[in-house]
Amino acid sequence: MDAVPSALPLADPAPADGLLPESAAGGATERAFGVYLHVPFCRVRCGYCDFNTYTADELRGVRRDDYAGHAVAEVAFAAGALEASGVPARPASTVFFGGGTPTLLSVADLALMLDAVRNQFGLVPGAEVTVEANPDSVDATSLAALAAAGVTRVSFGMQSAVPHVLATLERTHDPDRIPLVVGWARAAGLEVSLDLIYGTPGESLADWRRSLEVAVAQHPDHLSAYALIVEDGTKLARQIRSGQVPAPDDDLQADMYELADGLLEEHGYSWYEVSNWARADASGRPDPRHRSRHNLAYWTGEDWWGIGPGAHSHVGGVRWWNARHPAAYADRILQGQSPAVGREVLTPETQALERVLLESRLRDGMPTEALTADARREVAGLIADGLVEPAQALRGRVVLTLRGRLLADDVVRRLT
Amino acid sequence: MPRALRPLEPAATDPAAIRNFCIIAHIDHGKSTLADRMLQITGVVADRDMRAQYLDRMDIERERGITIKSQAVRMPWEVSGEAYALNMIDTPGHVDFTYEVSRSLAACEGAILLVDAAQGIEAQTLANLYLALENDLEIIPVLNKIDLPAADPDKYARELAQLIGGDPDDVLRVSGKTGMGVEGLLDRVVERIPAPKGDAGAAARAMIFDSVYDAYRGVVTYVRMVDGKLNPRERIQMMSTRATHEILEIGVSSPEPTPSKGLGVGEVGYLITGVKDVRQSKVGDTITSAAKPATEPLEGYTDPLPMVFSGIYPIDASDYPDLREALDKLKLSDAALQYEPETSVALGFGFRCGFLGLLHLEIVTERLQREFDLDLITTAPSVPYEVTTEDKKTVTVTNPSEYPSGKIDKVVEPVVNASILAPKDYVGAIMDLCQTRRGTMRSMDYLGEDRVELKYTLPLGEIVFDFFDQLKSRTQGYASLDYEPAGQQEADLVKVDILLQGETVDAFSAIVHRDKAYAYGTMMAGRLRELIPRQQFEVPIQAAIGARIIARENIRAMRKDVLAKCYGGDITRKRKLLEKQKEGKKRMKMVGRVEVPQEAFIAALSGDTEGKDAKKK
Repeated sequence: MDAVPSALPLADPAPADGLLPESAAGGATERAFGVYLHVPFCRVRCGYCDFNTYTADELRGVRRDDYAGHAVAEVAFAAGALEASGVPARPASTVFFGGGTPTLLSVADLALMLDAVRNQFGLVPGAEVTVEANPDSVDATSLAALAAAGVTRVSFGMQSAVPHVLATLERTHDPDRIPLVVGWARAAGLEVSLDLIYGTPGESLADWRRSLEVAVAQHPDHLSAYALIVEDGTKLARQIRSGQVPAPDDDLQADMYELADGLLEEHGYSWYEVSNWARADASGRPDPRHRSRHNLAYWTGEDWWGIGPGAHSHVGGVRWWNARHPAAYADRILQGQSPAVGREVLTPETQALERVLLESRLRDGMPTEALTADARREVAGLIADGLVEPAQALRGRVVLTLRGRLLADDVVRRLT
Repeated sequence: MPRALRPLEPAATDPAAIRNFCIIAHIDHGKSTLADRMLQITGVVADRDMRAQYLDRMDIERERGITIKSQAVRMPWEVSGEAYALNMIDTPGHVDFTYEVSRSLAACEGAILLVDAAQGIEAQTLANLYLALENDLEIIPVLNKIDLPAADPDKYARELAQLIGGDPDDVLRVSGKTGMGVEGLLDRVVERIPAPKGDAGAAARAMIFDSVYDAYRGVVTYVRMVDGKLNPRERIQMMSTRATHEILEIGVSSPEPTPSKGLGVGEVGYLITGVKDVRQSKVGDTITSAAKPATEPLEGYTDPLPMVFSGIYPIDASDYPDLREALDKLKLSDAALQYEPETSVALGFGFRCGFLGLLHLEIVTERLQREFDLDLITTAPSVPYEVTTEDKKTVTVTNPSEYPSGKIDKVVEPVVNASILAPKDYVGAIMDLCQTRRGTMRSMDYLGEDRVELKYTLPLGEIVFDFFDQLKSRTQGYASLDYEPAGQQEADLVKVDILLQGETVDAFSAIVHRDKAYAYGTMMAGRLRELIPRQQFEVPIQAAIGARIIARENIRAMRKDVLAKCYGGDITRKRKLLEKQKEGKKRMKMVGRVEVPQEAFIAALSGDTEGKDAKKK
């Protein structure tokens, strides 16, 4: 899933040379390093989508075909800036192509970008390399070619198996294509993940059950299920405001989440993050081999460099983000400048807060010792309210119950 | 221009050359504009220094176009070669400030009755006119804004003549805006209004008709000399308290304070003694000379009693000390404001405040917010009830939370005599409204051709609860309202409590007529259901009279409060959102375990019961 929301936060300006403050290098060898590669193109924009993506072939003189070159240039810039900032070089543990629709680029372009990562940073043995794909943007040949280029995992934007739900979401693919693309991916030796969306206006609990059933019938290694969020500025938000489409119902979304969790557990999947399930190992725990290691890196405070327009990065407590428009992005890259337009250096307090925000959503939870004294006392209240697993809390970890996962934001507010 | 060539010296002016008058007018009938023209024409304000509504000092006054504090201005004028000193005493124009009007009137011998030539006389103006006639003031009827295209001076001249007697031709026609007719009006003041009378040889007696706090000079006391003379540096005595002060400065406003050699019989001016609190220089008190005190005070005033009560609470609890300080400061300039500390389970620490009326309440809260930068919650206005319990004990209840529990023998509520003036087409709508507010009609009279004055006796408690808004909306803004206290009556009143999860929210309790208890209960419960966000548990909202539940709503438990996604770029965004939510949480009030946003209190207490803007102007 992509790392590029459309609304950028307000923060400090980012330096043109891309140099990081000294603090960013501290403890770097303890942290994994990943690369996110954004592909800001789609054939059509879906009504609910607020990601940084564009549908034109050419944007203010920048051609889609040129994009891989710009991304490759930023990979080189990244390696140089990290070295100049004194951040020890680490091979990438994970690489993630997100979008947009990465598979709108040719396999050759994607391979070029992956090679750049390999050349500049290296890949750790067994590195996870994921590509997001729409079911209608790949076939057996392209999936095999991706695997040959070094891709290990594909994440399909399935969203739903029900035609009227797909239509509301303005997804163009034929749901019958799902078994085909999953089969091709498996044949190519790729790990398979399916992304689902629930709570779409007009979607019933039965519709959702149908989508889940179709999804598990493909035996993917991994599943993500996201409640539909109506983002400001999207077509869907306008349709809801004007009354053409009903707003998603929180209670129904809660029912859907509970249904998903039950059904997925029943079929041998286990949650490891609020919206993510991996195939379980023999002990019933999410198998580490099937979890998205790249996404886990976001949640556990590892380092990653986000390549591409609007991409976000994090290295050692420094977050920054790139210019959003591909043309503005290209201008900077071609001048040898950092494409970053804003950044923030996190204080120890914000880092502690982010840790609660992110780690409390994980099945592994977070250690109570990382909480403030007030928050540790609050854990008792969370147990009383049925939001936190009592047995885990006694062992010093905050792990959400099913109810707690549905009310995770409140838990975070109470723990920070 | 017939400005006086030789202005008369204060302290040395023959009472025969003095004219003391005020202007009685409705809020927007142009009194301040007319006063501006008089200041200009008499030359006390140079044309280049002129600004609109010169005498209205406070921002709120100028913005709302109404006068809250009165002032007196001395203006020179000449008629047939004789010099005169005209003292114009500016009076508040609003129904809440009747007590201030009455003081100003007592300092005058005459009044200009100023009426908008396009609108005719309004209810408040009528009320003040009655007061003026009761004080035996000479009335000079004047139609203003005759330059307006919509003006119908002939019609309203007839209306005025019918009202006060006399010939429609005697009604002067002026335009405060252009100055047309204003000189003639000043001549008429000299001609018609009697000169003040007093004994120059007697012990000094001066009546305080206003007392204003000034941050730089302390209290400025406005007086009307009746007998004798007061001099600079003289020691004076307040006859009610026997307290003595030294006059640091004495003079007249023209319109800036101008020290003089004293004030003599019939003169109007100010004095400064260095006291810091308007309560030490009480309106209605008589000032005399400490060295040679008078034996009898002038007929005084009674302290105005607050008629409307409301709790004022800071939204941020840590602002409580600031609120206290702000009220202490306001009190220096507003003798009618009363307050005492109060604690609300729902709202925390605040003050129970007593006001003269709704506008007074609104002005005070607006000044607190604007001049002292405080965010406040105001509880629904209440009136003083006398509640007798079964064991025959009677308590005065100004706050529903003080309502005695247990059996009630009887409840007595204040009533007012209200006068409503409106075009005759709206009589039905007004009668409907008064009926639903438990009004009793006393009379209905035609004023002129198409306007009607309706007189009702109404419970005050019904008036403080958005009556004025309703009246305005049902008459498209044409009706005007005035009321005065008219004693008490026994009524079948009950206290309705609102409970959240079984806990009474004291701020929402109300004393209402039994017939309306159900409507109030369902309205509040329904409104709170919309305003209070869902909690993690079901929250019943109940309305109850004592232990009897009369209405119930439910806020269903919130089941989902989680953002589905949290990836790279979402992290900063989500953290900012979280920080914002936590900030919002600080503004929540806890009622038991229920978090109630401040906005819910504000909206629920806004009195906006029928879905309209509660603002009135």
